[in-house]
Amino acid sequence: MADETAPVAPPPPPPFVGPLEDRDRIFTNVHGFQDWGIDAAIMRGDWDNTRALLALGQDAIIDIMKASNLRGRGGAGFPTGMKWSFMPKESKDGRPSFLVINADESEPGSCKDREIIRHDPHKLIEGALVAGFAMRARAAYIYIRGEFIYEAKVLFAAVEQAYAKGFIGKNACGSGYDFDVFVHRGAGAYICGEETAQIESLEGKKGQPRLKPPFPAGAGLYGCPTTVNNVESIAVSPTILRRGAAWFNRFGREGNRGTKLFQISGHVNKPCVVEESMSIPFRELIDRHCGGIRGGWDNLLAVIPGGSSVPLVPAREIMDAPMDFDGLKALGSGLGTAAVIVMDKSTDIVRAISRLSYFYKHESCGQCTPCREGTGWMWRVMERLRTGDADLSEIDMLHQVTKQVEGHTICALGDAAAWPIQGLIKHFRPEIERRINERGAPVMEAAE
Amino acid sequence: MPKVKVDGVELDVPAGATVLQACELAGKEIPRFCYHERLSIAGNCRMCLVEVKPGPPKPQASCALPAAEGQEIRTDSEMVKKAREGVMEFLLINHPLDCPICDQGGECDLQDQSVAYGRGASRYDENKRAVTEKNMGPIVKTVMTRCIQCTRCVRFAEEVAGVPEIGAIYRGENMQITTYLEHAAKSELSGNVVDLCPVGALTAKPYAFEARPWELKKTHAIDVMDAVGTNIRLDSRGRQVLRAVPRINDDVNEEWASDKTRHNVDGLVRKRLDKPYVRRDGKLVPATWAEAFAAIAAVQHGGSVAAIAGDLLDCETMFAGKALVEKLGGTMLEGRQTGLAYDVSSLSSVVFNTPLADLETADVILLVGTNLRWEAPLVNTRLRKAIKKGAKVFGIGPEFDLTYKVEWLGNDASLLGKLPDAVIEAFGKAARPAMIVGGGVLAKDGAHGDTLALVETLGLIKDGWNGYNVLHFAAARMGGLMLGYATAGGIKAVAAVKPKLLFALGADEVDYAAFSDSFKVYVGHHGDKGAHAADVILPGASYAEKAGTYVNLEGRVQRGEKAVFAPGDAREDWSILRALSEVMGATLPFDNFEQLRAEMIKAVPALGVEGLADYGWSIPSLPTGATGELASPIKDFYLTNAVCRASPTMQQCSAELVHGVEFAEAAE
Amino acid sequence: MADAPHIPDEAETRARWGAFAWTAENAEQVKTIIARYPAGRQQSAVMPLLDLAQRQVGAETQTQGWLPVPVMEYIGDQLDMPYMRVYEVATFYTMYNLAPVGRYHVQVCGTTPCMLRGSDDVFAACKNKGLVKGATTPDGLFTLTEVECLGACANAPMVQINDDNYEDLTYDSMSAVLETLAAGGQPKIGPQIERQTSCPEGGPTTLKEMVEGNHDYRGAWA
Repeated sequence: MADETAPVAPPPPPPFVGPLEDRDRIFTNVHGFQDWGIDAAIMRGDWDNTRALLALGQDAIIDIMKASNLRGRGGAGFPTGMKWSFMPKESKDGRPSFLVINADESEPGSCKDREIIRHDPHKLIEGALVAGFAMRARAAYIYIRGEFIYEAKVLFAAVEQAYAKGFIGKNACGSGYDFDVFVHRGAGAYICGEETAQIESLEGKKGQPRLKPPFPAGAGLYGCPTTVNNVESIAVSPTILRRGAAWFNRFGREGNRGTKLFQISGHVNKPCVVEESMSIPFRELIDRHCGGIRGGWDNLLAVIPGGSSVPLVPAREIMDAPMDFDGLKALGSGLGTAAVIVMDKSTDIVRAISRLSYFYKHESCGQCTPCREGTGWMWRVMERLRTGDADLSEIDMLHQVTKQVEGHTICALGDAAAWPIQGLIKHFRPEIERRINERGAPVMEAAE
Repeated sequence: MPKVKVDGVELDVPAGATVLQACELAGKEIPRFCYHERLSIAGNCRMCLVEVKPGPPKPQASCALPAAEGQEIRTDSEMVKKAREGVMEFLLINHPLDCPICDQGGECDLQDQSVAYGRGASRYDENKRAVTEKNMGPIVKTVMTRCIQCTRCVRFAEEVAGVPEIGAIYRGENMQITTYLEHAAKSELSGNVVDLCPVGALTAKPYAFEARPWELKKTHAIDVMDAVGTNIRLDSRGRQVLRAVPRINDDVNEEWASDKTRHNVDGLVRKRLDKPYVRRDGKLVPATWAEAFAAIAAVQHGGSVAAIAGDLLDCETMFAGKALVEKLGGTMLEGRQTGLAYDVSSLSSVVFNTPLADLETADVILLVGTNLRWEAPLVNTRLRKAIKKGAKVFGIGPEFDLTYKVEWLGNDASLLGKLPDAVIEAFGKAARPAMIVGGGVLAKDGAHGDTLALVETLGLIKDGWNGYNVLHFAAARMGGLMLGYATAGGIKAVAAVKPKLLFALGADEVDYAAFSDSFKVYVGHHGDKGAHAADVILPGASYAEKAGTYVNLEGRVQRGEKAVFAPGDAREDWSILRALSEVMGATLPFDNFEQLRAEMIKAVPALGVEGLADYGWSIPSLPTGATGELASPIKDFYLTNAVCRASPTMQQCSAELVHGVEFAEAAE
Repeated sequence: MADAPHIPDEAETRARWGAFAWTAENAEQVKTIIARYPAGRQQSAVMPLLDLAQRQVGAETQTQGWLPVPVMEYIGDQLDMPYMRVYEVATFYTMYNLAPVGRYHVQVCGTTPCMLRGSDDVFAACKNKGLVKGATTPDGLFTLTEVECLGACANAPMVQINDDNYEDLTYDSMSAVLETLAAGGQPKIGPQIERQTSCPEGGPTTLKEMVEGNHDYRGAWA
C-alpha cells in the first residue's frame, strides 16, 4: 500500500508565470497594513499547528523542501533543500549545529527582507523553527543589519512573543524539540551579508570572509556545522510545508519555481515591493504593479534586474524577459535578490555604475589584495570615464582590471564589483567613448 | 599519502599537506606574501593562486587548499600567469616608489616577486594612497604606506609572541596595520616582525639606512645574550657587525630571535677595551702588551691562582683559562658570578633535559621560580605552542605576565613540599609532564633538592621522556660546568681563599669588593664592572670576533664563527692567554685555534660533537625543605650583560619599555 | 586618509570618560545580551555592547553618541577580550562613531537606487541648511554623512536620522524634516508622502483585502 503521507514528486505542470492570485501569495501582510503581532499573525495563518509540521520528521521536511525546488532567495539561488541536507544528521563529536538567518540585506536595490521582518516576522520565526529542526540545529541566530533599527525592535519583540506562547524555546510547540532563536544586530557592513563574514561577525570579530573550504556545514559558527539562509528562503518554508511541494512548483518555469518578492526601484512610476510568480515577464511586472516606466516604455534605458551585483541589461533585451534565474542568466545577468533597478533615458548611466563602484570600494573588507586595491582603482577610473577625462584605451584596460579582480578574491564581493562595470562596457561602450571624444584630451608637448 | 600531479609530474605528498606544500615538494616555487610556515594560514594576499582540477573554473589559493588524492595542479598555465600578474599589479598600484630609500631593498619579497611574476610596467594613473607612520617602539621602524596588509605581523604578535597588540583597523583601502593606540609594542620578540614583513613597512630602527644587504658579509654565529643558543647570522661590513638576524633551527630557536639578540650589536662598537691597561697609583693607564704581561708575571702568586668565567664566554676560552690556571698551580674555577653554589655532581640535574622542540608536546607544566619570558623568550614561545595544543601550566613563584594563562599557586618555596591536590592530579594524568626550574630556585637553599624530590611524585621521567628542566640564563653556564667551572661553595668559597692572582674572564657581574686582596687580571671586551675593578686589563674579543663552541641550556653543543676583527689592539682571548702563558713560564700546549680545540675535545670529548650532549640521568642526594619567597634573577630584560649595557638601543628599550620613559621623535 | 574620523586626544578622552560604567538598567541588559551566546563565547557580545555603550554616551551627551577609547576598554575588560580586538571591531563597522557627532546624525543614502530617485536633491536640501558632509554644524545639532544603501530602495530617496527613517523625500520635504528637528519637534517618520510603506503609491495592486482588515486567505487555498 502506497504511503500517503510521503511527499510525492509533482507532475510537470504547465509553466504558470503570473500574475499570481492573492490566495497564492505567502506574505499577506507584506505592506504592513495590519498588525505584525503574534495574535494577528496567527489569524493570518502563522503558527497553525506547527507541531504537525515538525511531526513530519526531519528528513521528510528536507525532502519536501528539495521537492519544492525552492532556490535560495539571498542572491545565489542555491537549492535550499539541498543546502539543508549538507548538515550532519547527528553530532559525532558533541558539537551542536546552528542555523544562521541572513537578514543583513544591504545589496543596493534589495528591500524585501525588511518588509518580512517588520510586517510578517512570525513567518520568519516559524520558518526558523522548522528549518532549524529539520537540519538538527540547536538554535537559530538571526543576523539583522544594524541600520534596521526599528525592524530589529519588532523582531526582538516578535521572538519574545513566540517564546511566551511556547512556540520556541524548550519543547517548541510541544514537539519535544528544544530550539532557541536569538537576534544579533550588525553594525554597518555590507560584507557581513557574505555567509562566512556573517559567521565571523557573529563571533564578535571583524566581518572578514573566511576561505572555503572548509565550508560552514563542516565548520561554521564557533567551528560548528552551520547553515546560512536568507530571510525569505526561511520565511516561505512553513507555507511550503503546509501547502505542499506540488503547490510551490505550480509557479514559474522549470528550475525557477515558486513565488518571489520583487523590489522595483528607480524610474518606474510607482516603486514598490510586491510578491509575484517567478518567471513573470518584466513588462507585466512593471505594468501591473508599478504603473509602467516613467515617461513610457520608449523611455526605458536599462535595468539592473537583481541588485547591484548583477550586470545591467539594456532595455530592448529585458522588455519581455522572464524574471527568473535562468531567464536573466541567459541575458548575461542574474535574478539575484530580484531587486529590480530601473533606469530611464534621463539617467547618467556611467554615473549610476560609477556610484555602484564606489559602493563596492566602500564596502570592501580589505582582506585580499584584488578587492582592497582593485575596487578603489576601478572606481577612480569609472569617475574619469564619467567625465570623459580618460583615454579610449582605458576602457579596455578597465575591463582587463575587472577580469583581474573577478575570480581571484576570497569572496564574491570582488566578482560583484567587477560585473556592473563589465555590463556597462558591454552594452554602453559608445556612450563612454562619446564622453571621452567630446572632452578631447589636450595634447601636451614635453616641458609644457 | 595522497598522490597529486604538479605540472604533469606525479608525486606523493604527506597527509595534511596543502597544495602549496605539494608544489614546493615538486620543486615549483609558489610566490606568496601572507603565507608563513610558522603562522596560521591567512590566504589573503592571493599571490599563491594556482589552477587545480577538479575544482571551480577559477584559480585557487594553494596555501589554504588541502592536497587531495588525484588533484591535477598547474602552476604554469596562462590562467595562473595572468592571476599572478594581476595580483602583483594590484599590490604595486598603491605601493610607494620607495626602493631607493627603503631598507628592505635587496632583500625584499615584493621586489623579487614582481621581477619574477609581475607585468613589467604600470598602468596606474591615479594618485597613490598614503598612510601615516605608526609608533611601534624603539625597535620597529614603520613606514606604513609601504604596507601590503599581509597581516603576518598581526598573526605573529597574537600567535607566537602572545601579545595581541598589533591589529588591522578600518577596512577596504583604508585598512591600516597599527599597534593599539600607537603604543610601543611591549614584546621582547617584537623585532621578529621586521623579518616577517615581506616589504619595507616594518624595518629595524637601529639599523635604519645603515647598509644594503649585498654589501654585508654574512657569518654564522651563536647568540650569547641568554642560554638558548639562538642560531644567528652576523651581517658585517668592514670591521663592524651591523646586525644580527636569526637562522632557522627548528630544534633551538625555530626562526625567531629575541630583541636582545638582534639589537645588542650596536653595543659591540661602544665602550670597547681596545688596548691593555695597567693600574698605577690607583689609576688605570694605557700600556703595551709587554708592560701588561710583565705586570702580571711579577705577581708572586705561589700557585694561589683562580679564574672566574663570565656569562658570554665560549668553551675554548674557558678551556684555555683553566689550562693556564692549572699550569700555574691553581685549582679554583667558577662561572656562577652572583654567588649561586648549587650541586653540580650530576650535570643532568642542572640541565634542561626536555629538548626544546619536544617541550611543545608537554601536556602539564610546573614553573618554579622563573620569569620564563625574560630569562628565555624562545623557551616561552615553545610553552605557548604547548598551551595551544591544550597544555595546562602551574606556577610557583612571583607572578609574571608570561602572555598565557598560568595558574599561580603562590610565591612560597615550601609549596614544593605540599603541592595542591589539583596539581598532583593533573600530573598524575599527564602523558608528558614537565617542570621548569629557574635561577630563583637555584639561589634558595633546599629548593633544588625539593624540585628533584618531585621528579618521582610528578612522574616526570617516562619512556623516552625526561621532563625535569633547569633553566639557565647564562650562555656560558653548561659549557663552563662541563669544563669544571664550579667550585664547592661557589664564588664565596673562591673569595674566602683570597687567591693572589685572579683571572676575570669577561666577568662583569661579580662583586669585586670580595676580591680586594687579589691581583685582578680582566680579560674581556667591554669597559664594564670587571674592567673598572681590574689591576690589569687585557682587551679581548666579543662573541662576534672569535670562533667558539657554545653549549646551550639543553646541553646542545653548537659552534659559531668569527665575523669581524676585534677593535684596536684587542685580540682573541685564547691567544692572549697563550701569549701570557709564555711570559709567565707556563706555556700552554697549543699554538693555534685548531690545536686548542683539539686539546679541549681531548679533555671533554662531548664538546667535540655538535648536537645534544648526553648527560645520562641521575639524581644527587641534596638537602630539601626550602621556605620563603623565590625571586627571578633578572631585574631589567634589556640590560643583563656588558654588551647590552653599552648598547644605546638596549638602553632606550629599557628606559621606554621597562621604565615607561616617554621618547619624543624628531621634530616633536 | 582624508576621510578618517578625527579621533579626540587620548589624554582628554581618558580624563572625561575613564570612569565609564554601565547604568543599572544597561548592566541588566548586558547580562541578557551575553546570555544569547554559548558559554565561553562572550566575545560575540562585543557588537551589541559597543552599540549599547554608544547609546549610553549619547544619552549622556544629548547626541547620537560615540565610543571613547576608555569605554571600548571597559567593554574589553568585561568580555575578556584584548583591547586591540575591540578596537578593530569598532573601526571596521560604520555605525560605531569614533568621534563625537551632533544631536542628529543625518545619514543620507547616496547609492544608485536612491541617486536615481533624487538623492542629489536631498543633499542639496541639507547643504542649504548649512550641513556639511563629514562635519557637525556649529550649533552641534546636525552631523551629515553620506551612507551606503540602507535597504529601503522602493521608498527612495531616503535618510536615516538617529534611529528613524524618512523616506520618499524631495528637496522640500527634506528641508521640512530638518526644520522640524531644529525646532525641537519630531517629524512624521517613514514615507513623507501619502503612502503605506513599500506599497505602490496610490494603493495596493495586490492583497487589497488587507487594507481594511486582517484578512485570512486560507479559505481560498486550493
